[in-house]
Amino acid sequence: MSAPASLAAVNDFVVKFANVNGSGSASANELFAKSILRMGVPVSPRNIFPSNIQGLPTWYEVRVSEKGWLGRRGGVDLLVQMNPQTWAEDVVELAPGGYLFYDNSKPLPLSRFRPDVNILGMPLTEICNRTYSDPRQRQLFKNILYVGGLAWLLGMELPVLEKLIGEQYKSKEKLLAANIKALNLGYEWSRENLEPLGLQVRRADAVGDRIFMEGNTAAALGCVYGGASVCAWYPITPSSSLAEAFQTYCKKLRVEPETGRNRYAVIQAEDEIASIGVCLGAGWNGARAFTATSGPGVSLMTEFIGLAYFAEIPVTIIDVQRGGPSTGMPTRTQQADLLSCAYASHGDTKHVLLFPEDPTECFEFAATALDLADRLQTPIFVMTDLDIGMNQRLCAPMKWDDARELDRGKVMTAEELEAGRDFGRYLDVDGDGIPYRTYPGTHPTRGSFFTRGTTRDAYARYSEKGPDYVYNVQRLLRKFETAKSLVPAPVVQQSDEKTPYGVLYYGSTSPAMAEAVEELDAHGKPLDTMRLRAFPFPLGVREFVLSHEQVFVVEQNRDGQLRSMLINEFDLDPARVVAVLHYDGTPITARFIADAIASRMKPVRVMPLAGRAA
Amino acid sequence: MTYLAKPKLHHPSLTRNAVGYTRRDYEGKVSTLCAGCGHDSISAAIVQACWELDVEPHRVAKLSGIGCSSKTPDYFLGQSHGFNTVHGRMPSVLTGANLANRDLLYMGVSGDGDSASIGIGQLVHVIRRGVAMVYIVENNGVYGLTKGQFSATADAGSVSKKGIKNADEPINLAALALQLGATYVARGFSGDKQQLVPLIKGAIRHRGAAFIDVISPCVAFNNHAGSTKSYEYVREHNEVVNRLDVIPCKSEITVQYPEGSVVDVEQHDGSVLRLRKLAADYEPTDRIAALNHVLAHEARGEVATGLLFVDAGAGDLHEHLNTVATPFNRLGARELCPGSAILDRINASMR
Ligand SMILES: Cc1ncc(C[n+]2csc(CCOP(=O)(O)OP(=O)(O)O)c2C)c(N)n1
Ligand code: SF4
Ligand SMILES: [Mg+2]
Repeated sequence: MSAPASLAAVNDFVVKFANVNGSGSASANELFAKSILRMGVPVSPRNIFPSNIQGLPTWYEVRVSEKGWLGRRGGVDLLVQMNPQTWAEDVVELAPGGYLFYDNSKPLPLSRFRPDVNILGMPLTEICNRTYSDPRQRQLFKNILYVGGLAWLLGMELPVLEKLIGEQYKSKEKLLAANIKALNLGYEWSRENLEPLGLQVRRADAVGDRIFMEGNTAAALGCVYGGASVCAWYPITPSSSLAEAFQTYCKKLRVEPETGRNRYAVIQAEDEIASIGVCLGAGWNGARAFTATSGPGVSLMTEFIGLAYFAEIPVTIIDVQRGGPSTGMPTRTQQADLLSCAYASHGDTKHVLLFPEDPTECFEFAATALDLADRLQTPIFVMTDLDIGMNQRLCAPMKWDDARELDRGKVMTAEELEAGRDFGRYLDVDGDGIPYRTYPGTHPTRGSFFTRGTTRDAYARYSEKGPDYVYNVQRLLRKFETAKSLVPAPVVQQSDEKTPYGVLYYGSTSPAMAEAVEELDAHGKPLDTMRLRAFPFPLGVREFVLSHEQVFVVEQNRDGQLRSMLINEFDLDPARVVAVLHYDGTPITARFIADAIASRMKPVRVMPLAGRAA
Repeated sequence: MTYLAKPKLHHPSLTRNAVGYTRRDYEGKVSTLCAGCGHDSISAAIVQACWELDVEPHRVAKLSGIGCSSKTPDYFLGQSHGFNTVHGRMPSVLTGANLANRDLLYMGVSGDGDSASIGIGQLVHVIRRGVAMVYIVENNGVYGLTKGQFSATADAGSVSKKGIKNADEPINLAALALQLGATYVARGFSGDKQQLVPLIKGAIRHRGAAFIDVISPCVAFNNHAGSTKSYEYVREHNEVVNRLDVIPCKSEITVQYPEGSVVDVEQHDGSVLRLRKLAADYEPTDRIAALNHVLAHEARGEVATGLLFVDAGAGDLHEHLNTVATPFNRLGARELCPGSAILDRINASMR
């Protein structure tokens, strides 16, 4: 058998780790990714995990890209195979000339390998059994051992890894020493037995001041900074870590120094109905509240969402979307809750949605949502997803302006009421559709009102009269118009040359889109792009569509939900907007977008795409 | 006819309480319930209890679900904010409201359909959490508002006005509340104001989850012969375990009590619940004894009323969560937002 060709690349490849859930591989894999970052080379790792606690397969895919592409690339160049269960399917994914790293403590028949990939065996189990007596250590240190081995193979700097381990086990001397020892053991074994690969990591300066964090953590911090004092939630993947992070940060940042008492309350409710109910109660009574959930939770919340819309109660709902419908793909990503959130609940309803593209925007938009909820007195959805929420992403540092105040919106005070200011809870005083409210307990004789989900007049008195009803629902539409000028504006990027092609996208599609646009541009197919950051869509979105001959709408759902909303809200000719849809649960890739757009461009020109082997 | 304003002229004979309000000031809009509906008597009892205890009306938040019973908050305490939420979900909204401002008095009003059928989950958890509130179920054994279907408190074997027989076992709400850890549990009857007003007063003075199951006959759909929630039946089968008087804190105890077994229970705020025991074996501070008593009476077809249980030293959700004394809705950016310097440090830890 002739030696296979070997892939060669510097700072531009994909490593995939195949592990068993619960085997302790997660922190070792993260160490691997972070150390490349510390060498100044951008990485984007993605967890591909099962809905399970222990025993099922889990993968961690790391894209190394000095150019800074953070979307999923597709294809694998180096496979670190630590799970016999998935051996066959993993090996198939490897690019010809790629590398297969595995534990060769037990010999495997030749038939299990591919002749066109390079085989790298390291007797991890054997080394561990030789070195450690404790069965738990034997298992755990296998992970650090392979990181050490890979460090040699990929030319990673050992001191960087050691420093990271030092930071991780800052106060745990014993663990620190043991981990450093295992790392070096792996490195040394590898150095003595294996040649460095054609794939190499080389120190660069392409990371800058960016941070590396998960969207859920960022959104939780956004809620802390945005002044949420009440969080009510019910556990559901992929949103649980958001509420948990909120609680963790609050424990550090929200304790009254003089008394040691908490300026926050977290309620793990009995279900999502109660979660949003608690938030409504808090919002009605003047505290900022949010809930974090995913599709099934939103389904349960819909009756309350309608009440919040109609009775005009501020509430922030962070929907970390996963694959639907029903329980769907609980540990896979999608953008498939747009319609169910935008028009949630019975009757005529419309809700404000924000679409963060990365953790930085998760932070910003969570805080913005809390402001908007108070300003607009309505539910605000932050539509993030599993891809952003549960993966560490390289992104701009979070920023906060210390002069920023919480925008509590139109709240009438005791002084204003005392001065005789007219108060009609549902009266459109300013013409923007937003009425004034009072907090319970404000004034002994003025400003109290009865909140209900039934129709009422402008002074909150029960009424089933047609004109009273129409006044209210028309005002709600005016309020929705007002929202257009308050939500984050779309981000437009014009191509250098004039082009008849445009593309609309949002949320976690961003990194793959940036790469796809460059690729298409390089092939003489320039595109203007517009990244939507909120619903309702400002008028500029319609103009963008109408000023191009063909506009692609790229989404991660089956039905083209955003496209439907565009057609619906702007009365657009559906032929103008071409759906580009990816919905198998994996994050969308640049290759997919570029291929799909190129093949749909009118007039159709067949064009070979320079893709890497997949 | 829902918002026909009542004449607000105060009759000179209407006396003012210690905070300067007449009883009229505690009233609300004109009720739209059926004449003779038990729920209206409960509203009147709430009005009287608040007036007698010098509760400032605007410091009360009234919350309810959906049903005839849940409409009643519009008919009392017109100066208070009210919130008619969705069917069966008042407890969660009340919980959130309570978290936002711990200084108000939270009054939750519900029906047996609202609390024992669609909303039983929320009822269970609001009690478990020890939310400080007065939770009143106006229990008529039917869905009044949707015209007479059985609720989950209807007795097995009872026959509806439409002639349908109920085969399901009833839920005993007082027993349930006892089991879930409510720290004040009472049962009253809308037709016995003498007993009901003090029970509500005791609940208002209680810090913690106070639950009152009030049998409240529905004259339209559940007052016929054979119904165990009818005026007739309850009057005949009411087993009053005690008579309660609430003596507000710091006021002189002048009321004269007849001979017999009297128990004084001092609550957190210094008020005293004085119980005149009618059933000699009754022990209102023993949860298990209370539960036994309630269930034993139920087995005999009797309705045990009175203050069934009280834990005068109870804590509440705010205590469990160790929250600050300042209501959350008064905290501003200064108290809530950690600022940019800390954010920079967090950024640095993410590199
Ligand atoms: C989700 C939902 N389902 C059904 C209804 C219809 N509904 C309104 S009130 C009610 C029952 C009320 O019964 P109860 O709580 O006992 O109040 P009552 O009228 O007897 O005082 C029902 C089923 C509703 N409002 N919402
Ligand atoms: S239907 Fe029954 S519960 Fe409803 S108002 Fe009439 S009497 Fe009361
Ligand atoms: Mg009822």
